[in-house]
Amino acid sequence: MKPASFDYVRPTRKAEVLELLSEYGQDARIIAGGQSLMAVLNMRMTQPKLLIDINRVEELHFIEERKNCLAVGAGVPQVELLSWPRISETVPLLALAMPWIGHFQTRNRGTVCGSVAHADPSAELPLCLKTLGGEVVLESRSGSRTVTAEAFFQGILTTDRRPDELLTEVRFPLCKPGTEYRFNEVAMRHGDFAIVSLAAVIGAGTIRLGIGGVADRPVTRDFEPGQDLSAALNETAWSLDAQDDVQATAAYRRQLVRDLGRRLIEEGH
Amino acid sequence: METIAKQGARVQLQLNGRVREGFAEPRTQLCDFLRHELGATGVHVGCEHGVCGACTVQVDGKSVRSCLMLAVQAQDSRVDTVESLAEGELMSDLQLAFRRNHALQCGFCTAGILMSCAEFLGREPDPTESQVRDMLSGHLCRCTGYTGIVRAVLEVANERKSKNGEK
Repeated sequence: MKPASFDYVRPTRKAEVLELLSEYGQDARIIAGGQSLMAVLNMRMTQPKLLIDINRVEELHFIEERKNCLAVGAGVPQVELLSWPRISETVPLLALAMPWIGHFQTRNRGTVCGSVAHADPSAELPLCLKTLGGEVVLESRSGSRTVTAEAFFQGILTTDRRPDELLTEVRFPLCKPGTEYRFNEVAMRHGDFAIVSLAAVIGAGTIRLGIGGVADRPVTRDFEPGQDLSAALNETAWSLDAQDDVQATAAYRRQLVRDLGRRLIEEGH
Repeated sequence: METIAKQGARVQLQLNGRVREGFAEPRTQLCDFLRHELGATGVHVGCEHGVCGACTVQVDGKSVRSCLMLAVQAQDSRVDTVESLAEGELMSDLQLAFRRNHALQCGFCTAGILMSCAEFLGREPDPTESQVRDMLSGHLCRCTGYTGIVRAVLEVANERKSKNGEK
């Protein structure tokens, strides 16, 4: 399995990337860590004319704590965010969820924004972004726009990004005082693609559950404290259009949503 | 802005401490470049889509799958393969521990595992068994059942600790 031929370009400025994207559009692919894209290239499931390597664009390499969010640039590998000293205090859900992404060997190269842009329905970072109500920043030569996670994820490997746009940054809302964050996942082996992954945000009088690996994109559901949780989770499980695949049946996925969901909300793990 | 047309170009990197150069098309995976152009055949190519971990090498000190990286991306980087571990004619303590503990049988996956273990032990000098197993989850070994590998890694960690006079 070798990729089909392509031209390769290694810009050092964001403006150059945007210029190339406006010229090539669909015929270009962005590579950062390549931990999803390289496999897809090797299998020839995508055959771009031009590969744009953004690893040497310094201005995309930042982790910034702002007033309301933690902003992570497109050049930041997952290992860097996970080992960033303030991650547990600023966005605790990420500190819990990121060790579940692949293996340390893939986190060494795979980027935060790359995982969000790839939009695999079982991936942990899209699930965190959606559950926390985060945003992505998309830039093109004609301008910049901010899109909510809700609007960004549109289906399996499908997002609101236009062919001439670069996902330059993701923004995770900062943790709120008095709020608890929880994460759990079931996979064949640790680090494999999640069969079901769950993120919970529990505040005073609010319970939000994010569910990955079941529907064609990460989804969230809000519950009321005191509500019949089993019935609500059962309804949720049936609403996600779970599919059978080589890893698990749809029925097993629904069962995991019911059982893991209840455990995560009521027992905290 | 550097452009490499699909016909390819010379790529230069530092392999196991020596500056080396070879030819690569943009589509050439780092693993193939290391083996075919630079002769580092200790790099083993397994699944070619990032699942098995056999092709793991270190790029700038970090373990990565060399099938999920292009040779052109490694331009000017420091790349270390299993060939870097031995100290002259002598195997490293890690390699010796693998031999003592029967941590390999066919050996196909071993080169990659050793590179991950080397990085891991550098940053976790006193790991628990579950940390070792978590680190190994990025590698498939079909012979050993991992028991010997885990034992070897823990043994080296202990050895190094006592050498440093902590025990």
